[in-house]
Amino acid sequence: MPSVADLTPKSKPTWCPGCGDFAILAAVKNAISQLGLQKHEVMIASGIGCSSKLPHWVDVNGFHSIHGRGLPIITGIKLANHKLHCMVTGGDGDGVGIGTNHFIHAMRRNLDITYIMHDNQIYGLTKGQTSPTSEKGMHTKSTPFGVIEIPINPIGLAIVSGATFVAQGYSGNIKHLTELVKQGMQHRGFAFINVLQPCVTFNHVNTFEFFDSRVYNLQEENYDTTNKANAIIKSEEWGERIPIGVFYETRRSTYADELPQLKDQALVDQDISNINVEHIMEYLY
Amino acid sequence: MEVSEILNKLTWKLGGQAGFGIMSAGLVFSRTLSRHGLHVFDTTEHPSLIRGGHNTYFVRAEDEPVYSQIWPLDMLVALNKETIDLHKNELISGGCIIYDGDEIKIDQEGLGRQDIKLFPVSILKMAKDCGGTALMRNAAALGACMGVIEGDFNTFEQVFRDTYKKKGQEILDKNIEIAWKGFEYARNNYANQYDKKIQQIHGAPRRMLINGNTAICIGAIKAGLKFYAAYPMTPASSILHFLAGHEREFNIITKHTEDEIAAMNMIIGAGSAGVRSMVATSGGGFALMVEALSLAGMAEIPLVAVNVTRAGPSTGLPTRQEQSDLQFIMNSGHGEFPKIVVCPGDPEECFYETFRAFNLAEKYQLQVIILSDKYLADANLTYEKWDTSPLKIDRGKLLNKEDLDKMSGPLDYKAFEVTQDGVSPRALPGHPNSVHRRTGNEHDEHGVISEDKNNRLAQMDKRMRKLNGAEAELPEPILFGDSDADITIISWGSTKMPVRQAMKFMHDEGIKVNHLHILYALPFNTKKIKQILQGCKKTLLIEGNKTAQMGHLISAKTGIMPDHEYLKYNAEPFYPEEICDQVKKILNR
Repeated sequence: MPSVADLTPKSKPTWCPGCGDFAILAAVKNAISQLGLQKHEVMIASGIGCSSKLPHWVDVNGFHSIHGRGLPIITGIKLANHKLHCMVTGGDGDGVGIGTNHFIHAMRRNLDITYIMHDNQIYGLTKGQTSPTSEKGMHTKSTPFGVIEIPINPIGLAIVSGATFVAQGYSGNIKHLTELVKQGMQHRGFAFINVLQPCVTFNHVNTFEFFDSRVYNLQEENYDTTNKANAIIKSEEWGERIPIGVFYETRRSTYADELPQLKDQALVDQDISNINVEHIMEYLY
Repeated sequence: MEVSEILNKLTWKLGGQAGFGIMSAGLVFSRTLSRHGLHVFDTTEHPSLIRGGHNTYFVRAEDEPVYSQIWPLDMLVALNKETIDLHKNELISGGCIIYDGDEIKIDQEGLGRQDIKLFPVSILKMAKDCGGTALMRNAAALGACMGVIEGDFNTFEQVFRDTYKKKGQEILDKNIEIAWKGFEYARNNYANQYDKKIQQIHGAPRRMLINGNTAICIGAIKAGLKFYAAYPMTPASSILHFLAGHEREFNIITKHTEDEIAAMNMIIGAGSAGVRSMVATSGGGFALMVEALSLAGMAEIPLVAVNVTRAGPSTGLPTRQEQSDLQFIMNSGHGEFPKIVVCPGDPEECFYETFRAFNLAEKYQLQVIILSDKYLADANLTYEKWDTSPLKIDRGKLLNKEDLDKMSGPLDYKAFEVTQDGVSPRALPGHPNSVHRRTGNEHDEHGVISEDKNNRLAQMDKRMRKLNGAEAELPEPILFGDSDADITIISWGSTKMPVRQAMKFMHDEGIKVNHLHILYALPFNTKKIKQILQGCKKTLLIEGNKTAQMGHLISAKTGIMPDHEYLKYNAEPFYPEEICDQVKKILNR
């Protein structure tokens, strides 16, 4: 079983000092280590953005792809080799900006993967433009007169789109976040974890101070994670109090469960050395 | 018999409104002629509509090999009046029209064609009399065709039953009953007025009737395709349908994705995890895929992509022919990375080149694009079953478990190792000693992001070197035909079919012509093609686009511009007759 140190490669994160991404990186490594997974059993894919560089800094298999496409990349990987424990990390721009279409459809499929969205409500790597989760009125480089749109609600979107495990974590609470990532990885089906992740450089509204005084743990209150309608309502809560923890959890067969092609063997293990096509040619007579 | 017979040489066209079942009826007729032991070529024309609009199905059958459609039409089957108006002038003198005389009132004078024969058959009434539906009149029409040409009804019946197996015994029996009525009526009333006859050739080999898209599917299955992702787009969709229909039989996952971007990224994921993966689309869909194609280039992920060209730009003419994507495909993806572009010219090349494409993709860890088009996608030709015995799976430098076990740890493994041939040893995720990361960023040998200048040069050169090996193992371009030809035709892709047909016609007329079919646009065999062109007396470039895209490639690579060019972009394929005309014009014949 790899320790957190074993999971730390030589190359060092290039994130800004104090970035909320460090906590997510720590939680991911903690979870892999505490679940006793071997490095080679885990695959992390990502798109583009500060957060999407995460696979370079966990010593497991990784695929750092292009903006918004971490989900279709991991979909191909998971269907090719469903024995791998698959995870995607990415930002809010990656997930609910350029990649929204994939986000919705991946959840509808209920692939057995864990998707961690680093939600800092800003574009960091491109140096401070509005994001799909920026609050209305926020002043950024691309919206100097304030954002006109209302933000996307990733938690609500995940619940209605068919994710079977939907949670929210906070970079200010690594211990809680580690537990959520572990739960997500143990969940059989699509686990979505939205992480409130302050960008210390470009988002001066949604800071650690902002969240510290607002977040509370749903599981410390009398909250039913199986009530879908209530979970959707809960996902709208944003203001004086901001909930973290598991919003919604259910069970449904995964995409791979419904494919007889995967019943005996992963695709990657199937023998292709001598496939007989004579009978299809015969059929064309 | 009042007329002297012409045996086993027929062109036939069925026309009617979309929704009349033209495509499946045409296929039955085409297969029927094939099972008479004849060589068949068929092609369809249809607008981008589900119902309404004019559809045709053209079949050409002969007792010697055929390569494409031709202009002269012997027999027109008109399911509506429009078909007659649109196609009567394609009929040769002595040709005939089979139509429902109860619905369509015409005479030779009104048509302005005294030289053609009118064979009215009450096809709708025959269907109704047998208790059939309006659609079943197609059976009567096909039966009537068989009656006029005095073909073998049992062969027709067998094809009909094989084709519509899923319809159930009762419906099949009814259709055959209706077809028999049409057959008997036409044989008794019209056979003696018509000179073209079809006879079963005994001892003829069994042949498949297969189009380009199906050939690509079978080539891919044979090559070990395991994951196919696509978003429906004409004229590529039949690949998705065929593979989806066979996915459980061959343990392939086919995924109809949310968009083309997802399709390409999914096959990149699957390819990186080690399964042979493919995507197919048409130009607009491919445009959505090219950002990811560039990722695959940088991360060195093997994949096969099929672009089935439609007439563009934009939505263009979705169901019609053009060869206008060559430069787009060759230059697809930002930045520079090695890829292979193969342009098969007929269904047989679609099969063998698709098989090869998967080997090339894995051996050189790059992207192979198969450039096809509507004409090749849908046109059926007859072939004896293809020999699969020489086809061997080659996965290149893929490390197996034993190789990986020997390593001391994951740091031993360099996914992007700089090697002489540019190809790095390839390990799949899932082994303790193969843990590595791939990225679209420039990276070092271990896949760690790097902006070091020397590393950049080393990785860029390594990637591009891979094409040298690929080029060396590809078949060399050859001149097909007379070695001392007066003119050389240059073409690529599906235009091979009408060119080969035209060459046969010209050969019969004593015109010396040969053909350079450019199968691989990338890597382009500059040395060989230049050598061939330097030895030609005259050259004629034929391609289906406005701007002579292959002409520009040839000229850029060899410094030689073809002497003449014949370009067509009215959204229909080339006809061999027009190719012959061009050649004769140049040769003053």
